[in-house]
Amino acid sequence: MSKIHVTTTVNGDEVEFLADPRETLLDCLRDKLGMTGSKEGCGTGDCGACSVTLDGTLVCSCLVLGVEADGKQVGTIEGVAEGGVLHPLQKKFIEHAALQCGFCTPGILVAAKALLEQNPNPTETEVRYWLAGNLCRCTGYDKIVRAVMDAAADLRGEAA
Amino acid sequence: MSVAKPLPHDAAPLHVTGQARYVDDIPLPVGALHLAFGLSTIARGRILSMDLEPVRSAPGVVCVMTSEDLPFANDVSPSAHDEPLLSDGSVHYVGQPLFLVAATSHMAARKAVRLAVVDYAEETPILTIEEALAADSRFEEGPRVYGRGDVPAALARAPRTVSGRFEIGGQEHFYLESQAAIALPQEGGDVIVGSSTQHPTEIQHKVAEALGVPMHSVRVETRRMGGGFGGKESQGNALAVACALVARATGRAASMRYDRDDDMVITGKRHDFRIDYAAGFDDDGRLLAVDVTHYTRCGWGMDLSLPVADRAMLHADNAYWIPEIRITSHRLKTNMQSATAFRGFGGPQGMIGMERIMDHVAHDLGLDPVELRRLNYYPSAQAVSEDASGGRISAKMKALTPYGQVVEDFDLHEMTEALLASSDYAGRKAAVAAWNAANPVIKKGIAFAPVKFGISFTLTHLNQAGALVHVYQDGSIHLNHGGTEMGQGLFQKVAQVAASRFGVGMEAVKITATDTAKVPNTSATAASSGSDLNGMAVKAACDTIRERMAAYLAQVYQADVTDVHFADGHVTVGTERMSFAEAAGKAYAGRISLSATGFYKTPKVDWDRIKGDGRPFFYFAYGASVTEVAIDTLTGENRILRADILHDAGASLNPALDIGQIEGAYVQGAGWLTTEELVWDDKGRLRTHAPSTYKIPACSDRPDVFNVALWDGENREDTIYRSKAVGEPPFMLGMSAYLALSDAVAACGAGYPALNAPATAEEIWRAIGGMGDEL
Ligand code: FES
Ligand code: FES
Repeated sequence: MSKIHVTTTVNGDEVEFLADPRETLLDCLRDKLGMTGSKEGCGTGDCGACSVTLDGTLVCSCLVLGVEADGKQVGTIEGVAEGGVLHPLQKKFIEHAALQCGFCTPGILVAAKALLEQNPNPTETEVRYWLAGNLCRCTGYDKIVRAVMDAAADLRGEAA
Repeated sequence: MSVAKPLPHDAAPLHVTGQARYVDDIPLPVGALHLAFGLSTIARGRILSMDLEPVRSAPGVVCVMTSEDLPFANDVSPSAHDEPLLSDGSVHYVGQPLFLVAATSHMAARKAVRLAVVDYAEETPILTIEEALAADSRFEEGPRVYGRGDVPAALARAPRTVSGRFEIGGQEHFYLESQAAIALPQEGGDVIVGSSTQHPTEIQHKVAEALGVPMHSVRVETRRMGGGFGGKESQGNALAVACALVARATGRAASMRYDRDDDMVITGKRHDFRIDYAAGFDDDGRLLAVDVTHYTRCGWGMDLSLPVADRAMLHADNAYWIPEIRITSHRLKTNMQSATAFRGFGGPQGMIGMERIMDHVAHDLGLDPVELRRLNYYPSAQAVSEDASGGRISAKMKALTPYGQVVEDFDLHEMTEALLASSDYAGRKAAVAAWNAANPVIKKGIAFAPVKFGISFTLTHLNQAGALVHVYQDGSIHLNHGGTEMGQGLFQKVAQVAASRFGVGMEAVKITATDTAKVPNTSATAASSGSDLNGMAVKAACDTIRERMAAYLAQVYQADVTDVHFADGHVTVGTERMSFAEAAGKAYAGRISLSATGFYKTPKVDWDRIKGDGRPFFYFAYGASVTEVAIDTLTGENRILRADILHDAGASLNPALDIGQIEGAYVQGAGWLTTEELVWDDKGRLRTHAPSTYKIPACSDRPDVFNVALWDGENREDTIYRSKAVGEPPFMLGMSAYLALSDAVAACGAGYPALNAPATAEEIWRAIGGMGDEL
């Protein structure tokens, strides 16, 4: 199978790789670029552990082909902290102890960031339904929702 | 002092930036191979022929192995040596590994296994409880029976009785990180294994057996798991052994991970149960006799089914004193995945059986289910400790479990009182009744459930742990112990213990991966025992070093050893004060050993599982919950509206971590009893093998109101800082979600709901249909 040359931008950096046309973006990120922050929890678009953004849209990278990223902007968990400074969402996840095994955490952070970018002032219900596609088997979700609400307040410049 | 602080998880900064490494994230050397199993497609029979030529010639395939290529032990069982890694020609379930492929990529290996042509002589599988009983297909020679008294006579004498049958489904672990392992070949035939396992020593043992080498040739490392829940106690053996075999055969690194559907099809799950029961009681609701029979489908291999079924029996009383009781347990061998450990380890199944009985009795008498429960509770710890009467029905006698252990620490009387008040149970129960009287379609239900869970491995020798601590001359501390981190925050808790022993901040302590080369012969991180056992072992190691340092410094400064104190990052010796780092440097220069091992074994436990008699548990952990739900009587759809929890973690080592465990456990427990349904078809094929068909709770399912509090108490037993284990006990708090759904169904008619678990929308709808006319 001949490979396809893909040029794309990941977290602002231009990268190139050769991909089998059937290879998922998730596998390309993990295996070709060594960016293992995005996880595979199901491979079928049901768990959200592989969440990334593609030109700003939240997608399951296990359902996107690597070649589809050509010429696009990919955003992954590795790009959420900028210049070594944690994003408010990341800080609040630590502060609220919103993770246990942490396997779902990268996907949830990417998804939550995408939510706050389009809706800076979500209700608790909006947060819960937005994150309904991100499974977590450990936490019971309570602290995750609180951390997102608190980070949203922080980003709006309100003290929560 | 660093214990009892709500510090975040030690690796939290790594997790939120995506840098925390799980097994499959570890960079592999060039030339590493990726493995996949070829799986059986029938539930029972023999392999007549297996054509693997198309597999061998598939792109990227480097080697293919069958059982005939295994030089030594072909076994990955944790117990009875009855689970071959690769089929020996016989097939026992759909999804059994038959052969192994190593290829240049994960995808190439997965594609290649599908090319095999396997011809079987198919036999009729044993799938149901009836089929297993008819064929007498079981583990152990017959049912195990625990109890006391003459139960049939007592039931015959009882003023009132109820009886029934209750089915309880199994549960898929759905750890978000599926099973994974890697093996790196070393010189001289040694191997280093990285495994997502709760039990590195077992991995080491099984790999050594398969390679025909002593355990010292195999080193197993586990930094973290992406969830375990019991599913990584024995189910990771196959992957680690397969990787080690390929690494040995090819001299190349080997890596294996199950895709989600393979993981669900291959690995064992929680045991499902059928419980037949009869209970005799008086007109006030006092239980006189209970007869319960557990039937559990263990699947094809023994795995951990015997201790799981035992623990179900040991929790068949839950929180209640039952004068005469008989618990019978059938461990049935069926052609399905070999059921395995899952949070609670049989305890939840035994306990929900008893709670179902309590509910049925309350319904029969028209009593408030909480009052009935309180009436039958074991006596309070205080009553037991003050009891000197020795009379026939003394508190001590009423504190005796069916297996002969005295319940000495029963706190549920006080906890129940506190939770009923904080959750406004009485007010909300009245509101639910008023709602149900006014609303014909949406019905509500509310229920309370208590939890009493025994802590210790029932296999007594497993109750031991080791630790290794080094203090470096700059005052930094390296900490290792036998427990594994699966998200429960064990490493954090244990590091807090170390920091507090030396009076230093957490930054001084380095928590390192579990490693069989550092601490040998460890038990699985299971039975909620992680911090109890390893915390104590770490404390012992730290105290050894601390005593050596204190003795030396006392001698140098001519002080009494009792005047040496470790606090606030400093050591004071009489009037001298120095940083901990200075003290460590001085001790090093004084040629004092700054490395020590620690060891701990749980006291008091002593148990005979055949007789069903003794003290299996060091202590009990308690909890209680109240859940309110609403159901749509036309469709069976339902929601948890509110959950209130009060849980006993003793003097909590870390309230933030413990509350997180409790919330997650409740949601997982409620999932088990509500949405999580496993379906096998009549060929024994698992039809729910992906999150699209198997529904674990999602963020949108979280209760609208979720109040979780810790009971303010200390462990009466001498555990690490008087804390209590918190991994498993809160799982069973989810029982109140099931009981509340049953309460809502009960509002649809006069009878007692025939509602089995999981109470899915379909099951609720079916149960409503069986309720007859409206009240
Ligand atoms: S791995 Fe992509 S949604 Fe689960
Ligand atoms: S923290 Fe383990 S899956 Fe979410």
